[in-house]
Amino acid sequence: MTTTLDTAAAASTRSGRRHLLSVADLDHAQIRTILDTAAEMHGVQQREVKKLPTLRGRTVVNLFFEDSTRTRSSFELAGKWLSADVINISGKGSSTSKGESLRDTVLTVAAMGVDALVIRHSASGAAHQVSQWVDAHVINAGDGTHEHPTQALLDAYTMERRLGSLEGRHVAIVGDLTHSRVVRSNLLCLRTLGARVTLVAPPTLMPAGIGSWAAADGFELSNDLDAVLPTADAVMMLRVQRERMSGGFFPTAREYTVGYGLTRDRLNALMAANPDAVICHPGPMNRGLEIAADAADGAQSLILDQVSAGVAVRMSVLYHLLAGEEGQQ
Amino acid sequence: MSTLLITGADLAGSGAQDLLVEDGVITRVGSIGSAGGAEVLEADGLVALPGLVDLHTHLREPGREDAETIASGSAAAAVGGFTAVLAMANTNPVTDTAEAAERVLDLGRAAGLVDVQPVGAVTKGLAGEELAELGLMHRSRARVKVFSDDGKCVHDARVMRRALEYVRAFRGVVSQHAQDPHLAGSSACCHEGELSGRLGLPGWPGIAEETIVARDVMLARHTGSRVHVAHVSTAGSVEVVRWAKAQGIDVTAEVTPHHLVLTTDLLAGYDPTFKVNPPLRPQEDVDALRAALADGTIDAVATDHAPHARHDKEHAFVDAAFGMLGLETALSVVSDTMVRTGLLDWAGVARVMSSNPARIAGLEGHGRPLTVGSPANLTLVDPDARVTVDRSASLSLSRNNPWHGRSLQGAVEATVLRGTVTARKGALA
Repeated sequence: MTTTLDTAAAASTRSGRRHLLSVADLDHAQIRTILDTAAEMHGVQQREVKKLPTLRGRTVVNLFFEDSTRTRSSFELAGKWLSADVINISGKGSSTSKGESLRDTVLTVAAMGVDALVIRHSASGAAHQVSQWVDAHVINAGDGTHEHPTQALLDAYTMERRLGSLEGRHVAIVGDLTHSRVVRSNLLCLRTLGARVTLVAPPTLMPAGIGSWAAADGFELSNDLDAVLPTADAVMMLRVQRERMSGGFFPTAREYTVGYGLTRDRLNALMAANPDAVICHPGPMNRGLEIAADAADGAQSLILDQVSAGVAVRMSVLYHLLAGEEGQQ
Repeated sequence: MSTLLITGADLAGSGAQDLLVEDGVITRVGSIGSAGGAEVLEADGLVALPGLVDLHTHLREPGREDAETIASGSAAAAVGGFTAVLAMANTNPVTDTAEAAERVLDLGRAAGLVDVQPVGAVTKGLAGEELAELGLMHRSRARVKVFSDDGKCVHDARVMRRALEYVRAFRGVVSQHAQDPHLAGSSACCHEGELSGRLGLPGWPGIAEETIVARDVMLARHTGSRVHVAHVSTAGSVEVVRWAKAQGIDVTAEVTPHHLVLTTDLLAGYDPTFKVNPPLRPQEDVDALRAALADGTIDAVATDHAPHARHDKEHAFVDAAFGMLGLETALSVVSDTMVRTGLLDWAGVARVMSSNPARIAGLEGHGRPLTVGSPANLTLVDPDARVTVDRSASLSLSRNNPWHGRSLQGAVEATVLRGTVTARKGALA
């Protein structure tokens, strides 16, 4: 490793432990460090023997209160390739009335002797709360509709690999903004990296108060995808949840696709305007709804690169939070 | 015959007097000096208010005696300067029968620290569908006059109309928890705005309250009945209430101490201590609520004291219980935000924390001016004392105290219920 630890990683709260709870915890240099280390990790991934001894003897627990095969597997591989002991625990759904509180559950797991807790929860703020209760490092692997920091880091990593520096590049993020934790982390990450961001959605899928938020944080809003595409360097399509489709947020899936889907016609318009433009999707995709097969599978698609980068970025995050900390503390 | 002499108290800001209390009734006011054999309460420099009345408490008994009991809630109330509290109906079982109401009344009398007046449910089981036995609760020993499904909104307009019409026969009042469940569902927990968007928390927009308040004042006008708006939280609701009063509609409204001070940005750390329903609002709403309390648009301060066991608050924010403690801090908060700032004088505090709530609730022995012949229900306040709130010092069984660590000006020195001192300086007498 060429990276030095003292420039690395995230905010500290309880007992000086470092956590990754929000991309807002990371400044430009820290994001840069994580992405640069991810590139080295990515190189290791290409080798026949992928395992590094770095986190031998350390224990990482993936505590997932919400199902997520791809994020959990990605963290699991990341830990294993760094030689950490990794276990996965599926928390049962939140028990709001009787029985164990979230604090009880988390303290029970932490009491087993855990170095890092990777937590996924359907409730916004869960990782933040957990970080105040335990002594382990906490990594937010997605909290409700709040944030998903490693997703934003891997998105940035993947886009940079194709586009070079994101400074001044125009990224359009399209879809269900209200219910997306990916968009919140990406807004923070892309802003720190100097990209120009436009969020595109029907008004019913934009969070309340986003006007003042956009003004404060310097991003743009649009209800017109066709007007945004010609200047986009990257288009990030968000999954539309099935349960939003029954007339509550927009009339029909068909109407959504016509208004906000990355259809073949729109793909052609994008390529005509900017042949180097790229397409991302955090997955899982609704093919034919928010993204046409041509857009998902073509040369301009980074969707599988995102998955591949996910492991490298999570290795980098685990490394910067855990490696060499005995010397530090 | 018990005798109590209170010396040198400033009667709601109108000048220092002595008060002689005999057998629970004020028998002399003026310069008394001494009364042989009387218990003496020196009150020089203190303000005497008619005993505080809280239109809105949750005492959790029956059902959640681990969070609060009628006895522990009564103790917290007495220490907070209250001589009467209304106990909301959302217990388990719900207070929706005469028997349930009488049980609450009796437990309150057994505790003997404040008058505990049960509120009756509007609908059976708070389900919002069928009227509870409103008339039988009124005819019971508990003499229930205030009805509320608080915690839930009586959202069906037809049910609300029938309830308003029905209680008119005995001059009852419906206290409405204004929350349109379609605009703010059960997961809504953060004022809808930029912050709810950033935090990814389900939004609870002001209009979900305002549309119900607007509907209910029109129903009150149509039925000629009386409606009370619980915990008003937005400037928009204030506008509606102000308009309705100008039309002569029989509407009253209350505001909580926390909505007079605390703002939505406290949710940024996802601390469920600050999770309350309706949610904390932005500063503009806080300012409008203070102004409305000062000008009389809002009639009363009511605590919405909502104790919760620790494990019911230690969930993820959206899963944690709604509510915060309020009985022990209410007077200090009102003193600090309304009196110290010049928005209300002590006579105004007497109005919004005693006489108005007593009138709204129909509690005849409370909220009376401190004059000869009135029951000796009174609260002595040190207007200059600075208190730093310590949640561990509470007499409540719960610790969900949003004021912990805050410094407030004005403190309850003593509480007197029908001539008996119930609390002194933060402890039971």
